[in-house]
Amino acid sequence: MGWIGEIDLGTKPMPVTGPLVSLTIDGQPVDVPAGTSIMRAAALMGTNIPKLCATDTLESFGSCRICLVEIDGRAGYPASCTTPVTPGMVVRTQTDKLAKLRKGVMELYISDHPLDCLTCSANGDCELQDQAGAVGLRDVRYGYDGANHLDAAKDESNPYFTFDPAKCIVCSRCVRACDEVQGTLALTVDGRGFSSHIAASQDEDFLSSECVSCGACVQACPTSALIEKEVIKVGTPDKAVITTCAYCGVGCTFRAEMRGEQLVRMVPWKDGKANRGHSCVKGRFAWGYANHKERILNPMIRASVHEPWREVSWEEAIAHTASEFRRIQSTYGTRAVGGITSSRCTNEETFLVQKLIRQGFGNNNVDTCARVCHSPTGYGLKTTFGTSAGTQDFDSVQHSDVILVIGANPTDGHPVFASRMKRRLRQGAKLIVIDPRRTDLVRSPHIEAAHHLSLRPGTNVAVLTAMAHVIVTEGLFDEAYIRERCDWDEYEDWAAFVSEDHRSPEASAEITGVDPDELRKAARLYATGGNGAIYYGLGVTEHSQGSSTVMAIANLAMATGNVGREGVGVNPLRGQNNVQGACDMGSFPHEFSGYRHVSDPEARAMFEDAWGVPLDDEPGLRIPNMLDAATDGAFKALFIQGEDILQSDPNTAHVAAGLAAMECVVVQDLFLNETANYAHVFLPGSTFLEKDGTFTNAERRIQRVRKVMSPLNGFADWEIVQMVAQAMGLGWNYTHPSEIMDEIAALTPSFANVHYDALEEHGSLQWPATAAAPLGTPTMHLDGFVRGKGRFVVTDYVATDEKTGPRFPLLLTTGRILSHYNVGAQTRRTDNVAWHPEDLLEIHPHDAENRGLHDGQWVSLRSRAGETTLRALVTERVAPGVVYTTFHHPTTQANVITTDFSDWATNCPEYKVTAVQVSPSNGPSDWQESYEAQAKRSRRIEPRLEPAE
Amino acid sequence: MTRAYISCDMASVALGADDIAEALTAAGCTVIRTGARGLFAIEPLVEIETTDGARIAYGPVEPEDVPAILDDTHPNRIGDLATLPFFAKQQRFTFARCGITDPLSMADYTAHDGWKGLAAARALPPQAVVDAVKASGLRGRGGAGFPTGIKWQTVLDAASPEKFIVCNADEGDSGTFADRMLMEGDPYCLLEGMAIAGHAVGASHGYIYVRSEYPFAIRALNAAIERAGPILAPFTVEVRVGAGAYVCGEETALLESIEGKRGQVRAKPPLPAIQGLFGQPTVINNVLSLAAIPFILAEGPERYAEVGFSRSRGTMPVQLAGNVKNGGLFEIGFGITLGELVNDIGGGTESGRPVRAVQVGGPLGAYFPPSMFDLAFDYEAFAAAGGLIGHAGITVFDDTVDMAAMARFAMEFCAVESCGKCTPCRIGSTRGVETLDRIIGDRIKGAAQREQALEAMPQMRNAKVKHRSVDEEIGVLRDLCETMKFGSLCALGGFTPYPVLSALDHFPEDFGGARALPQAAE
Repeated sequence: MGWIGEIDLGTKPMPVTGPLVSLTIDGQPVDVPAGTSIMRAAALMGTNIPKLCATDTLESFGSCRICLVEIDGRAGYPASCTTPVTPGMVVRTQTDKLAKLRKGVMELYISDHPLDCLTCSANGDCELQDQAGAVGLRDVRYGYDGANHLDAAKDESNPYFTFDPAKCIVCSRCVRACDEVQGTLALTVDGRGFSSHIAASQDEDFLSSECVSCGACVQACPTSALIEKEVIKVGTPDKAVITTCAYCGVGCTFRAEMRGEQLVRMVPWKDGKANRGHSCVKGRFAWGYANHKERILNPMIRASVHEPWREVSWEEAIAHTASEFRRIQSTYGTRAVGGITSSRCTNEETFLVQKLIRQGFGNNNVDTCARVCHSPTGYGLKTTFGTSAGTQDFDSVQHSDVILVIGANPTDGHPVFASRMKRRLRQGAKLIVIDPRRTDLVRSPHIEAAHHLSLRPGTNVAVLTAMAHVIVTEGLFDEAYIRERCDWDEYEDWAAFVSEDHRSPEASAEITGVDPDELRKAARLYATGGNGAIYYGLGVTEHSQGSSTVMAIANLAMATGNVGREGVGVNPLRGQNNVQGACDMGSFPHEFSGYRHVSDPEARAMFEDAWGVPLDDEPGLRIPNMLDAATDGAFKALFIQGEDILQSDPNTAHVAAGLAAMECVVVQDLFLNETANYAHVFLPGSTFLEKDGTFTNAERRIQRVRKVMSPLNGFADWEIVQMVAQAMGLGWNYTHPSEIMDEIAALTPSFANVHYDALEEHGSLQWPATAAAPLGTPTMHLDGFVRGKGRFVVTDYVATDEKTGPRFPLLLTTGRILSHYNVGAQTRRTDNVAWHPEDLLEIHPHDAENRGLHDGQWVSLRSRAGETTLRALVTERVAPGVVYTTFHHPTTQANVITTDFSDWATNCPEYKVTAVQVSPSNGPSDWQESYEAQAKRSRRIEPRLEPAE
Repeated sequence: MTRAYISCDMASVALGADDIAEALTAAGCTVIRTGARGLFAIEPLVEIETTDGARIAYGPVEPEDVPAILDDTHPNRIGDLATLPFFAKQQRFTFARCGITDPLSMADYTAHDGWKGLAAARALPPQAVVDAVKASGLRGRGGAGFPTGIKWQTVLDAASPEKFIVCNADEGDSGTFADRMLMEGDPYCLLEGMAIAGHAVGASHGYIYVRSEYPFAIRALNAAIERAGPILAPFTVEVRVGAGAYVCGEETALLESIEGKRGQVRAKPPLPAIQGLFGQPTVINNVLSLAAIPFILAEGPERYAEVGFSRSRGTMPVQLAGNVKNGGLFEIGFGITLGELVNDIGGGTESGRPVRAVQVGGPLGAYFPPSMFDLAFDYEAFAAAGGLIGHAGITVFDDTVDMAAMARFAMEFCAVESCGKCTPCRIGSTRGVETLDRIIGDRIKGAAQREQALEAMPQMRNAKVKHRSVDEEIGVLRDLCETMKFGSLCALGGFTPYPVLSALDHFPEDFGGARALPQAAE
């Protein structure tokens, strides 16, 4: 978009690979890297050559023909966007002949374009309008009685944007954005010549087409042909604030474009280092929840969860919270209370919550939702490499030759990174997918996995060990690398372990269900195909052997020398916007910020000095332990910021029982979430649009969150926590989140150089950012592993206790879908429901037929933990014997089904493997009905009686 | 047994050659199907081999003429074809075998100097082959006239593990048929040229992109590829069939089409020679360019270059079509005048009326009046005269032609065939048709009668409210032609102005303007 601030240089930058090329444009000398277009060279020196089809995020195309220039010694009028500079070239961008040609072309454009600029939604933000002015068009001599597209029907099917073919100039920017940036290839130009028009899929409407609504086309459109409905409704924005998306762990940065205090649209920021100007349907469009009518804006309390809520003042709510926690601690002991930090909140807010618990509650009973997602990543990578985080930045994938994706579905879960990965795959990198489902990556337009190892859920360790078996026994390991960087004795132990015959692909095939031949080929490809990079998600961690799987992945990477440079590495695709940050900030019961154990006297002394109180040296309770302790009567109060454990944690009935057993549950959230049904205090939270702070994404990148509007609830979340702390007598006095970050930096060695002024200056920093690496660390372990020598860990496959049998013959695995985010609290309150209004159960046609099920039918899904009903989707994406569903909708409550088995090391729940049975049904289960009734009762609110003034 | 030679060329078959062949077979002759000789006024044509191996030609003939042919009493006896002026005047370098040999007979091809060029090339290092092509002066016969040797040099110099030879056989210009005749009548010649190109630039695979309207050529090529495989090896060739888009004859759109994409023109640079098919360095040459190569290598570049005119060296297979008496293929060295081709060789119009205009170079070529018939057939001379040789198709019109309608046809052709990528061609061609419709409408009905619909849109405040005169409309048309000529991405939009402007310049009276405009082109 040509709107304020974003300068469009017309064509992509070229890397500097040799001496600069000197040329003359309009008599002015300019030096640019070889391969740069004349258009970009001119733009860099401040000369804007008229253009319409060119934009610097796409490959040059050369179709609009208004960027023509004259070059001395060259015939004709070459397009400046497609003509690279040559040494000594003499270019003229303004001559009478060029003016006439440009005007002639513009006259043609306007002869098929409505002249309704004054009432057009892009008025003032339209490149066609700008360029018509720039070329000085004064007359359209062709008139309007000829052929035209002025009456073409508008497509308003997409909930967020419209396509108006009458405004379309067929520059193909949308098509190219869909191809090059997003990689969905949903758009094309249909028809030829004058009939050329933009078509989604097979000339369908946008909503029913393959379009994933990432917004790249809308962003690329130079006119109002593709435009946000919000802009049509509100008008063009007048200012912009750069901030970071609050959905997934990719951490896209956006320009929040505002009209006064009203958000008009979120446009991905071109200079954002995580997203490089791209976005997905969630970050780009699904922010409407911020103003949703169900958002709670007043604090509420109640004595019992059977009573309706009572709206109270902030003062009363805060005082009540503080006194309840003090009362409970004096009655039941210091360790009878705890809290849960939020991976959705900022680093600063998370830091304050764990500080409240450690300093104010005087115990270590703090945990976070990373418990249920990537806690095994922290454990596994710390054990093997020495850091609890991924090794690369996202740019690294551009240097990968072989990409191994295991237990991750990035096109749904991390779509913006998936687009970059797909771009690399289209350039020729090879892909290995290890997943029980045939995810989109396995085969989609211009992408096909070289090997898809469709394993039985729960057998990751066996598959990875079999790959290691191939690498070791076939001599494909990188001995020099291992000898230099790893402990050779440990390697030899591990090599002997994996080499045992019963760990071969052939021997383990019975357990894993993976074709041994295919597995061998995949292992060889990863070991010998050049830069090998592993990307993984919750399909790795959420198992009883989650930590073992992470270490098995680390073993593979070390054995093949694939850690410590660009293009390789071990990369967890982290789920939530700030789950990395929440872990970094000391949200785990055993660790201070920067992953230092609470029993470490040196670290503890540092915090005790700073906070002026003695700190508990015993690790506190994890979430499941808190719930267990609550049902046992030993744990009585919980402060939960921005997390819905009732919906997101496994075995819902058990979570409900634990919460019900507590005397004071405080929920700080935007909405009355499911957990709030069991809460006694509700503190309204603020959205990411309403506060300052930082998020840390999956590549350890710390990025600013900037306040774009005042909090509707009155306070940012950090202010609310501070009020609670003050009420408990802690004497905090932060006036801005930057002061909290200064404290974090002072107390956390890996954050030593992270300050707001540095973030302003550099845009973002990847930790560790220390005196040694003041600008941060894009790639970890460059010269050796952080822990010293890389450590090989023997990972024996142990089958999960969750087993199929006659009663529960199928394996359920769970996951996410593109349009929704986790428990759906936000996305369900946006128009994203247009794509996915309910959770569906994916079931293979064989299994469906055996049970007499057909597509769209209500089915009952039962495990030994519980039962729910939902509709069936009969599909070959899942293998026979495996069923799959998402957990976005509370009416389905997929976690009623999941069990309380968990990772042996970290208690990360085994969401990905549950033995189930599926049978026809004609309505909601008893649980669903009683839960629905309870939720309805629990959500009653008595309005506050305003005292007369 | 009597041996009879009958063409299996698509044009000959259309004229009834198959029926003649059947009748001769029934009469006990051994029938050998050859390519076409190239003069269609004498088709269907039969040649009977005499005992001394000479051939006596008869044509045109009918199936019932067989007895008269066999007892040598047929009134249309021509005798030795080579003595006919139409053939005697030719310099057949490329088409030497066409019409004489059985197109698919490896023995025939070898016996008629086939594979000599390939053998010569393979005895040379690649650079020497490229040098030979450069020395021959051969220029791209598809129309652009770019020196073939320089193109090959670029591909040879491009470092890449994979390179391609692509033959452009999407012969879509009206009035052209040389590519088809060669592919049907002497397919090995093309394959040999491609294999030489492969050796010269380091490419191991070639594609021939043939339009779907050429089923005979596709069949012949596929059969020839199969039979010649061992000789061509390690070079391999495959045929790709187009899907009916004229613009896919444009080299970059052709590459897109082979890649399985929408047939849309690419911007250049990058040149296909550096980044062509599937992003690899690619030689893309017309059928006639590649088919000229075996002769150059076998006979030496000097032999080829000694024929010609100015910077146009060698021969050009000229195709005479339209309203012409002796329609057909006439291969001759450059330098012959347009008048000689149309009047002496072509024999004037078929209708017997005076020639009024000839269009040279297909539907995008300029129209020339007889007053310009002393123009020498030469790339530069034609360019200087505001025209182009193109693929050397000459379409003849008599004095009944309406040149405004022909100008409109040029715009309409462009509108129908435009790929839609660039604006001047996509919108301009349609606006060109509309503008010419207004001009023609005025000429027929008189300007005053025209509906005043131009300013129907209330927003068009800045448009002229008054009805425009024909001369003003012609001014708009000339401006449009300038925008298309200099602004279009490829030759389709860029050359459409040639027929329009030449019609305007040379035949102003057909447009109803106040008076003839000056002859000089802009």
